[in-house]
Amino acid sequence: MSPDHKDTLVKSSTRHTRAFKASRKRQLQNNLLLCVPALLVLALAAVGPLLIVLVYTFLEAGPYGGVVWQWSFEGWFEVFLKRDIFDGTVSIADAHLSIFWRSFKLSIQSTLLALVLGFPTAYFIATRPAATRNLWLFLITIPFWTNLLIRTFAIMQLIRDQGILNTLLIGFGVIDTPIEMLYTEFSIMLGMTYVYLPLMVLPLYASIEKLDFRLVEAAYDLYAGRLKVLFRIIVPLVKPGIVAGCILVFIPSLGAYVTPRVLGGGKNLMLGNLIELQFGQGRNWPLGAALSITLLCVVMISLLFYVRSTQRKEADRG
Amino acid sequence: MNNLIFRFLSVVFACLFASAVHGAGELHIFNWGDYTSPELVEKFENEHDVKVTITDYDSNETALAKVRPGGHGFDVVVPTSTHLPIWIEEGLLLETRPDQMENFQHVSEQWRNPDWEPGRRYSVPWVWGSSGISVNTSMYDGDINTSKLFFDPPQELAGKINIVPEMGDVIHMAIFYEGGDSCTSDKEVLKRVRDLLVNAKANWKSIDYGTKEKLVSGDVAVSMNWNGYSMRARTENPDIRYGYAVEGYPLWMDNVVVLKDAQNVENAKMFQNFLMAPENAALISNFANYANAIDGSEAYMLEELRTATEVMIPAEFQGSGQFIPPCPPDVQQMYTAIWTELQK
Repeated sequence: MSPDHKDTLVKSSTRHTRAFKASRKRQLQNNLLLCVPALLVLALAAVGPLLIVLVYTFLEAGPYGGVVWQWSFEGWFEVFLKRDIFDGTVSIADAHLSIFWRSFKLSIQSTLLALVLGFPTAYFIATRPAATRNLWLFLITIPFWTNLLIRTFAIMQLIRDQGILNTLLIGFGVIDTPIEMLYTEFSIMLGMTYVYLPLMVLPLYASIEKLDFRLVEAAYDLYAGRLKVLFRIIVPLVKPGIVAGCILVFIPSLGAYVTPRVLGGGKNLMLGNLIELQFGQGRNWPLGAALSITLLCVVMISLLFYVRSTQRKEADRG
Repeated sequence: MNNLIFRFLSVVFACLFASAVHGAGELHIFNWGDYTSPELVEKFENEHDVKVTITDYDSNETALAKVRPGGHGFDVVVPTSTHLPIWIEEGLLLETRPDQMENFQHVSEQWRNPDWEPGRRYSVPWVWGSSGISVNTSMYDGDINTSKLFFDPPQELAGKINIVPEMGDVIHMAIFYEGGDSCTSDKEVLKRVRDLLVNAKANWKSIDYGTKEKLVSGDVAVSMNWNGYSMRARTENPDIRYGYAVEGYPLWMDNVVVLKDAQNVENAKMFQNFLMAPENAALISNFANYANAIDGSEAYMLEELRTATEVMIPAEFQGSGQFIPPCPPDVQQMYTAIWTELQK
């Protein structure tokens, strides 16, 4: 809107300018007023609860869950450090760190796997005739029709020791004893990749669809090989889609709760499960709140990374 | 046209909000999953013209966390003996005085004055049971009455064990295995407990609920389990047996209480009284396969229940079981640290 307005401004006489300024001011006021309900909802529903979580991190844990209104840094202390219950020495909280590391590692793995699977899929869809693309996209969204929990349980049936996959493999004589897949880190990774794959395909599709394929033809004309075309022409041009897809998969993976809970068999805790433990059987709400804020910070850092990488992109173009 | 839409919307809104209002003649029960006999519910609904709804939870902590903030809409909850004192102490319960109710006379002498709630001013017994060892005997034919199967299993069981994620039960079985007392704060014992559990974890396939499905399908050969649930697994797979750990095992009782912010107090009290009648207590047992605390209910109980080793603890194992009180917060903190260490 502003370029138009600028044009108008330049063209109009001063008499008009004053009238325009007045109406613009009124319009701004109206816009602001119209925004008030949305801002209120945001403040109440997003910022408010977050503030409560933040305040809870600085309180003392209630004896049977909940908090006592007594300032304490114990919650934050316990995120990173632990007091040995036997001799009272303070050391790094290796239990928390290894759970952090597992969440991080599995999220990265899922993201990469989703990228490897999602890129060819998106490319395939984007190169279909325009009329059939919508059908393919529609197929991608079909899994969303079923509840996440049910889909996760279905994966469980596929990969359990007596499950379909192992029964088939044994039936065809490929293996003798079932491959142990369920309740391992592998099954969590597989589950998260499956669940978040559409979030990778859709942004990738959006940017591949906009790709100017004449550039690809030109590259071939200049004797570039297939790999060179992929990595020198296509990937750089669809990079915003790749980054967006990776962020969309990585962030929910990091905080995943249901998938590790069902497919990890309680042996392979991720951050979401660790946080739940503190609010439940652990009876340590301040620690749970502090862990949540820590997770939030990790996500924010990932997002900042995304924003900066896309901004650099813009700057390069400009 | 607009008028039509407006009328349609107002009907929709009316429906939406009408269902949120609690009418008379309702009772909202918040109980463990797969635990409430449908027959019992139907009988209560017919006798007292009350509409009953049931919502599930899977752990005492979940129940406590959901009820504490209020606005939950539940009338009746069924906390375990280990947690009931917390509910009372936190002021969440209504003192309904079951000890003065008509059917209290049927409550067996030994359950009238339990340690966890002397005098029964709040709670009515639901059922009681033990935490023990379920074994698929087609996969393992050794002695099943020892918690060695969890903590120091023979080679053939490695990777075929499931442990229920009930912190109190798991830690106490390990404490008993190491010769300690319930709620112990003895650091020597707890150190051994931690090492025992951390080393044993390598042999465990999962730390999860859903024990019946896992045992019946043969995904695991051994699982920590509750006696009644083990018996229900046996009805689906006859090879499944229930063992009592000679080293010591936890006993527990679930208790029916009424919440302070209940909407249907009279119905809830009626339900408490209803549950103490022998024929009704028997319905709970017949469904969940646990023993109840009501004298005279045996006459209404299924034959297989009266002879099942899961329900009637064999004499030689009776001495090893004990009820566990809620542990003090500082002890609880040590247990949580061990538990986190175990789950990392």
